[in-house]
Amino acid sequence: MSLWEKRKESPDESSHGSDTRLKSEPQDAILNEALRNFKVSVDAWSEAAYTARRVVELAPRRNWRPAAAWALGCALVASSISGVVYQRHEEQVKAKQAAAQLAAQQKQAADQAAVDEEDLLASVDSDVSRQVPSAMEPLAQMAEDDGK
Amino acid sequence: MNSATAAEIAADEFARVVAEHRPQIFRFLLASTRDVDLAETLTQECFLKAHRNWSSFRGDSSAMTWLMRIAINLQKDHWRNRRMRFWRTTRTNSVDLDEASEWLPSGESSAEKQMLAKEQVRHVWKAVEGLSERQRSVFLLRYVEERELSEIAQMTGLSEGTVKAHLSRAVGRVRTELGRRK
Repeated sequence: MSLWEKRKESPDESSHGSDTRLKSEPQDAILNEALRNFKVSVDAWSEAAYTARRVVELAPRRNWRPAAAWALGCALVASSISGVVYQRHEEQVKAKQAAAQLAAQQKQAADQAAVDEEDLLASVDSDVSRQVPSAMEPLAQMAEDDGK
Repeated sequence: MNSATAAEIAADEFARVVAEHRPQIFRFLLASTRDVDLAETLTQECFLKAHRNWSSFRGDSSAMTWLMRIAINLQKDHWRNRRMRFWRTTRTNSVDLDEASEWLPSGESSAEKQMLAKEQVRHVWKAVEGLSERQRSVFLLRYVEERELSEIAQMTGLSEGTVKAHLSRAVGRVRTELGRRK
Protein backbone atom coordinates (compact mmCIF):
# COMPACT_ATOMS: atom_id res chain seq x y z
CA MET A 1 0.00 0.00 0.00
CA SER A 2 1.43 3.37 -0.95
CA LEU A 3 1.92 6.26 1.39
CA TRP A 4 -0.88 8.11 -0.39
CA GLU A 5 -3.34 5.29 0.04
CA LYS A 6 -2.43 5.04 3.69
CA ARG A 7 -2.97 8.74 4.11
CA LYS A 8 -6.32 8.56 2.40
CA GLU A 9 -7.42 5.81 4.73
CA SER A 10 -6.39 7.66 7.86
CA PRO A 11 -6.50 11.38 7.29
CA ASP A 12 -6.28 12.20 10.99
CA GLU A 13 -2.69 11.23 11.65
CA SER A 14 -2.55 12.80 15.07
CA SER A 15 -4.94 10.14 16.34
CA HIS A 16 -2.35 7.41 15.60
CA GLY A 17 0.12 7.71 18.38
CA SER A 18 2.13 4.67 17.36
CA ASP A 19 2.19 5.66 13.71
CA THR A 20 5.67 6.58 12.55
CA ARG A 21 4.30 9.28 10.28
CA LEU A 22 4.84 12.86 11.24
CA LYS A 23 2.29 15.09 12.83
CA SER A 24 3.77 17.93 10.87
CA GLU A 25 3.31 16.16 7.58
CA PRO A 26 1.19 17.93 5.00
CA GLN A 27 -2.45 18.04 5.83
CA ASP A 28 -3.82 20.33 3.25
CA ALA A 29 -5.08 19.01 -0.03
CA ILE A 30 -2.90 21.19 -2.25
CA LEU A 31 0.29 20.05 -0.61
CA ASN A 32 -0.78 16.41 -0.78
CA GLU A 33 -1.71 16.78 -4.40
CA ALA A 34 1.57 18.53 -5.23
CA LEU A 35 3.60 15.84 -3.49
CA ARG A 36 1.63 13.11 -5.24
CA ASN A 37 2.17 14.76 -8.61
CA PHE A 38 5.84 15.16 -7.80
CA LYS A 39 6.19 11.44 -7.09
CA VAL A 40 4.29 10.51 -10.24
CA SER A 41 6.49 12.87 -12.26
CA VAL A 42 9.74 11.48 -10.84
CA ASP A 43 8.48 7.92 -11.42
CA ALA A 44 7.63 8.68 -15.04
CA TRP A 45 10.94 10.41 -15.71
CA SER A 46 12.95 7.71 -13.99
CA GLU A 47 11.13 4.91 -15.79
CA ALA A 48 11.61 6.58 -19.17
CA ALA A 49 15.31 7.26 -18.53
CA TYR A 50 15.88 3.78 -17.10
CA THR A 51 14.11 2.04 -19.99
CA ALA A 52 15.97 4.15 -22.55
CA ARG A 53 19.26 3.19 -20.89
CA ARG A 54 18.38 -0.50 -20.95
CA VAL A 55 17.48 -0.30 -24.64
CA VAL A 56 20.75 1.45 -25.46
CA GLU A 57 22.71 -1.07 -23.45
CA LEU A 58 20.94 -4.04 -24.97
CA ALA A 59 20.94 -2.77 -28.53
CA PRO A 60 24.54 -3.73 -29.38
CA ARG A 61 23.97 -7.21 -27.98
CA ARG A 62 20.96 -7.67 -30.22
CA ASN A 63 22.65 -6.21 -33.28
CA TRP A 64 25.88 -8.15 -33.27
CA ARG A 65 24.25 -11.25 -34.77
CA PRO A 66 23.01 -9.69 -38.03
CA ALA A 67 26.26 -7.76 -38.28
CA ALA A 68 28.25 -10.95 -37.80
CA ALA A 69 26.06 -12.76 -40.33
CA TRP A 70 26.64 -9.95 -42.81
CA ALA A 71 30.37 -10.01 -42.19
CA LEU A 72 30.47 -13.79 -42.55
CA GLY A 73 28.38 -13.67 -45.73
CA CYS A 74 30.58 -10.97 -47.20
CA ALA A 75 33.70 -12.95 -46.28
CA LEU A 76 32.29 -16.08 -47.92
CA VAL A 77 31.32 -14.22 -51.09
CA ALA A 78 34.68 -12.46 -51.21
CA SER A 79 36.57 -15.71 -50.67
CA SER A 80 34.59 -17.56 -53.34
CA ILE A 81 35.09 -14.70 -55.82
CA SER A 82 38.77 -14.46 -55.01
CA GLY A 83 39.04 -18.26 -55.38
CA VAL A 84 37.54 -18.12 -58.84
CA VAL A 85 39.71 -15.15 -59.80
CA TYR A 86 42.81 -16.88 -58.46
CA GLN A 87 41.98 -20.08 -60.31
CA ARG A 88 41.48 -18.18 -63.55
CA HIS A 89 44.71 -16.28 -62.98
CA GLU A 90 46.56 -19.55 -62.39
CA GLU A 91 45.15 -20.99 -65.59
CA GLN A 92 46.20 -17.90 -67.50
CA VAL A 93 49.72 -18.08 -66.05
CA LYS A 94 49.97 -21.76 -66.93
CA ALA A 95 48.71 -21.10 -70.45
CA LYS A 96 51.24 -18.31 -70.85
CA GLN A 97 54.00 -20.55 -69.58
CA ALA A 98 52.95 -23.34 -71.94
CA ALA A 99 52.82 -20.89 -74.85
CA ALA A 100 56.23 -19.51 -73.95
CA GLN A 101 57.63 -23.03 -73.66
CA LEU A 102 56.14 -23.97 -77.02
CA ALA A 103 57.56 -20.82 -78.62
CA ALA A 104 60.97 -21.57 -77.16
CA GLN A 105 60.83 -25.11 -78.45
CA GLN A 106 59.78 -23.87 -81.87
CA LYS A 107 62.55 -21.29 -81.85
CA GLN A 108 65.06 -23.91 -80.81
CA ALA A 109 63.85 -26.23 -83.56
CA ALA A 110 64.06 -23.42 -86.11
CA ASP A 111 67.57 -22.48 -84.91
CA GLN A 112 68.60 -26.11 -85.08
CA ALA A 113 67.15 -26.37 -88.58
CA ALA A 114 69.04 -23.26 -89.63
CA VAL A 115 72.31 -24.65 -88.22
CA ASP A 116 71.70 -27.95 -89.94
CA GLU A 117 71.07 -26.16 -93.24
CA GLU A 118 74.27 -24.12 -92.90
CA ASP A 119 76.27 -27.24 -92.13
CA LEU A 120 74.73 -28.99 -95.12
CA LEU A 121 75.55 -26.09 -97.40
CA ALA A 122 79.11 -25.97 -96.09
CA SER A 123 79.61 -29.67 -96.62
CA VAL A 124 78.12 -29.42 -100.11
CA ASP A 125 80.50 -26.55 -100.87
CA SER A 126 83.50 -28.51 -99.71
CA ASP A 127 82.42 -31.58 -101.63
CA VAL A 128 81.83 -29.58 -104.75
CA SER A 129 85.23 -27.87 -104.39
CA ARG A 130 86.92 -31.24 -104.17
CA GLN A 131 85.15 -32.83 -107.10
CA VAL A 132 85.19 -29.95 -109.56
CA PRO A 133 88.72 -28.54 -110.53
CA SER A 134 89.25 -24.86 -110.40
CA ALA A 135 89.51 -22.83 -113.57
CA MET A 136 93.36 -22.64 -113.49
CA GLU A 137 93.93 -26.26 -112.62
CA PRO A 138 94.56 -27.53 -116.27
CA LEU A 139 97.14 -24.82 -116.87
CA ALA A 140 98.89 -25.69 -113.70
CA GLN A 141 98.96 -29.29 -114.78
CA MET A 142 100.44 -28.35 -118.12
CA ALA A 143 103.11 -26.25 -116.47
CA GLU A 144 104.11 -29.14 -114.40
CA ASP A 145 104.31 -31.37 -117.44
CA ASP A 146 106.55 -28.85 -119.33
CA GLY A 147 108.92 -28.70 -116.50
CA LYS A 148 109.43 -32.42 -116.65
CA MET B 1 28.69 -27.72 -0.52
CA ASN B 2 31.94 -26.78 -2.23
CA SER B 3 33.20 -23.23 -2.59
CA ALA B 4 32.36 -23.05 -6.32
CA THR B 5 28.72 -23.89 -5.63
CA ALA B 6 28.55 -21.37 -2.78
CA ALA B 7 29.99 -18.70 -5.05
CA GLU B 8 27.44 -19.52 -7.74
CA ILE B 9 24.59 -19.24 -5.25
CA ALA B 10 25.94 -15.92 -3.97
CA ALA B 11 26.24 -14.63 -7.54
CA ASP B 12 22.66 -15.67 -8.33
CA GLU B 13 21.41 -14.05 -5.17
CA PHE B 14 23.25 -10.82 -5.95
CA ALA B 15 21.93 -10.80 -9.52
CA ARG B 16 18.40 -11.10 -8.14
CA VAL B 17 19.02 -8.19 -5.74
CA VAL B 18 20.35 -6.05 -8.61
CA ALA B 19 17.34 -6.81 -10.81
CA GLU B 20 14.94 -6.05 -7.97
CA HIS B 21 16.43 -2.83 -6.59
CA ARG B 22 18.31 -1.19 -9.41
CA PRO B 23 15.37 0.86 -10.75
CA GLN B 24 14.65 2.26 -7.28
CA ILE B 25 18.27 3.20 -6.63
CA PHE B 26 18.42 4.85 -10.04
CA ARG B 27 15.20 6.76 -9.34
CA PHE B 28 16.47 8.07 -6.02
CA LEU B 29 19.78 9.17 -7.54
CA LEU B 30 18.02 10.75 -10.51
CA ALA B 31 15.75 12.74 -8.23
CA SER B 32 18.74 13.75 -6.11
CA THR B 33 20.93 14.89 -8.99
CA ARG B 34 18.44 15.65 -11.81
CA ASP B 35 21.17 14.27 -14.06
CA VAL B 36 20.47 11.05 -15.97
CA ASP B 37 24.12 10.30 -16.78
CA LEU B 38 25.32 10.99 -13.26
CA ALA B 39 22.47 8.94 -11.79
CA GLU B 40 23.39 6.02 -14.03
CA THR B 41 27.08 6.30 -13.14
CA LEU B 42 26.37 6.44 -9.42
CA THR B 43 23.93 3.52 -9.71
CA GLN B 44 26.62 1.43 -11.35
CA GLU B 45 29.14 2.45 -8.70
CA CYS B 46 26.63 1.57 -6.02
CA PHE B 47 26.14 -1.96 -7.30
CA LEU B 48 29.85 -2.39 -7.94
CA LYS B 49 30.54 -1.46 -4.33
CA ALA B 50 27.71 -3.70 -3.16
CA HIS B 51 29.11 -6.59 -5.18
CA ARG B 52 32.56 -6.14 -3.65
CA ASN B 53 31.08 -6.16 -0.17
CA TRP B 54 28.31 -8.67 -0.78
CA SER B 55 30.01 -11.32 1.33
CA SER B 56 30.07 -8.92 4.30
CA PHE B 57 26.35 -8.17 4.05
CA ARG B 58 24.88 -10.04 6.99
CA GLY B 59 21.25 -9.21 6.40
CA ASP B 60 20.83 -7.15 9.59
CA SER B 61 18.86 -4.69 7.49
CA SER B 62 17.07 -5.32 4.22
CA ALA B 63 19.10 -5.36 1.03
CA MET B 64 17.29 -2.22 -0.09
CA THR B 65 18.25 -0.34 3.06
CA TRP B 66 21.85 -1.44 2.67
CA LEU B 67 21.94 -0.46 -1.02
CA MET B 68 20.28 2.89 -0.39
CA ARG B 69 22.81 3.66 2.29
CA ILE B 70 25.62 2.97 -0.19
CA ALA B 71 23.88 5.17 -2.79
CA ILE B 72 23.47 8.05 -0.33
CA ASN B 73 27.14 7.86 0.67
CA LEU B 74 28.25 7.72 -2.96
CA GLN B 75 26.15 10.75 -3.77
CA LYS B 76 27.63 12.59 -0.79
CA ASP B 77 31.17 11.63 -1.80
CA HIS B 78 30.52 12.70 -5.33
CA TRP B 79 29.53 16.24 -4.43
CA ARG B 80 32.22 16.57 -1.84
CA ASN B 81 34.93 15.27 -4.09
CA ARG B 82 37.29 18.12 -4.85
CA ARG B 83 38.02 16.78 -8.28
CA MET B 84 34.37 17.08 -9.15
CA ARG B 85 34.03 20.63 -7.88
CA PHE B 86 33.84 21.93 -11.41
CA TRP B 87 30.82 19.75 -12.11
CA ARG B 88 29.22 20.74 -8.86
CA THR B 89 29.38 24.40 -9.79
CA THR B 90 28.29 24.03 -13.39
CA ARG B 91 25.86 21.10 -13.18
CA THR B 92 25.92 21.05 -16.95
CA ASN B 93 24.08 17.76 -17.29
CA SER B 94 21.37 18.49 -14.78
CA VAL B 95 18.10 19.29 -16.44
CA ASP B 96 16.43 22.52 -15.45
CA LEU B 97 13.30 22.69 -13.34
CA ASP B 98 10.96 23.22 -16.29
CA GLU B 99 12.29 20.15 -18.08
CA ALA B 100 12.12 18.01 -14.95
CA SER B 101 8.53 19.16 -14.40
CA GLU B 102 7.49 18.05 -17.88
CA TRP B 103 7.41 14.43 -16.81
CA LEU B 104 3.83 13.60 -16.06
CA PRO B 105 1.84 10.70 -17.44
CA SER B 106 -0.84 12.13 -19.74
CA GLY B 107 -3.47 9.87 -18.15
CA GLU B 108 -7.08 10.79 -18.45
CA SER B 109 -6.91 14.24 -16.88
CA SER B 110 -7.73 17.41 -18.81
CA ALA B 111 -5.14 19.70 -20.30
CA GLU B 112 -5.87 22.26 -17.60
CA LYS B 113 -5.27 19.73 -14.85
CA GLN B 114 -2.08 18.66 -16.56
CA MET B 115 -0.86 22.25 -16.62
CA LEU B 116 -1.74 22.69 -12.98
CA ALA B 117 0.04 19.47 -12.05
CA LYS B 118 3.16 20.53 -13.96
CA GLU B 119 3.13 23.86 -12.19
CA GLN B 120 2.89 22.11 -8.82
CA VAL B 121 5.70 19.74 -9.70
CA ARG B 122 7.87 22.66 -10.76
CA HIS B 123 7.33 24.34 -7.42
CA VAL B 124 8.20 21.17 -5.54
CA TRP B 125 11.39 20.81 -7.62
CA LYS B 126 12.24 24.42 -6.82
CA ALA B 127 11.77 23.77 -3.12
CA VAL B 128 13.85 20.56 -3.34
CA GLU B 129 16.63 22.48 -5.04
CA GLY B 130 16.85 24.82 -2.08
CA LEU B 131 17.08 22.02 0.49
CA SER B 132 20.31 20.94 2.14
CA GLU B 133 21.77 17.61 1.06
CA ARG B 134 20.37 15.77 4.08
CA GLN B 135 16.98 17.41 3.89
CA ARG B 136 16.75 16.53 0.22
CA SER B 137 17.68 12.88 0.80
CA VAL B 138 15.19 12.54 3.63
CA PHE B 139 12.46 14.28 1.64
CA LEU B 140 12.98 12.12 -1.46
CA LEU B 141 13.15 8.91 0.55
CA ARG B 142 9.87 9.80 2.20
CA TYR B 143 7.83 11.23 -0.66
CA VAL B 144 9.32 9.53 -3.73
CA GLU B 145 10.51 6.22 -2.32
CA GLU B 146 7.74 6.14 0.27
CA ARG B 147 9.94 4.79 3.05
CA GLU B 148 9.02 4.65 6.71
CA LEU B 149 10.86 7.00 9.07
CA SER B 150 12.66 4.10 10.74
CA GLU B 151 13.92 2.92 7.36
CA ILE B 152 15.03 6.46 6.42
CA ALA B 153 16.89 6.67 9.71
CA GLN B 154 18.70 3.42 8.89
CA MET B 155 19.45 4.49 5.34
CA THR B 156 20.82 7.89 6.25
CA GLY B 157 22.46 6.88 9.50
CA LEU B 158 20.49 9.57 11.36
CA SER B 159 18.27 9.19 14.38
CA GLU B 160 14.53 9.13 13.81
CA GLY B 161 14.22 12.44 15.60
CA THR B 162 16.70 14.07 13.26
CA VAL B 163 14.90 12.55 10.28
CA LYS B 164 11.63 14.04 11.52
CA ALA B 165 13.23 17.45 11.96
CA HIS B 166 14.76 17.40 8.45
CA LEU B 167 11.49 16.23 6.95
CA SER B 168 9.51 18.90 8.77
CA ARG B 169 11.80 21.64 7.44
CA ALA B 170 11.69 20.19 3.93
CA VAL B 171 7.90 20.02 3.89
CA GLY B 172 7.73 23.54 5.29
CA ARG B 173 9.87 24.72 2.43
CA VAL B 174 7.62 22.98 -0.13
CA ARG B 175 4.59 24.51 1.55
CA THR B 176 6.12 27.96 1.37
CA GLU B 177 7.03 27.48 -2.29
CA LEU B 178 3.51 26.34 -3.11
CA GLY B 179 2.14 29.34 -1.19
CA ARG B 180 4.10 31.69 -3.43
CA ARG B 181 2.24 30.24 -6.39
CA LYS B 182 -1.03 31.66 -5.25
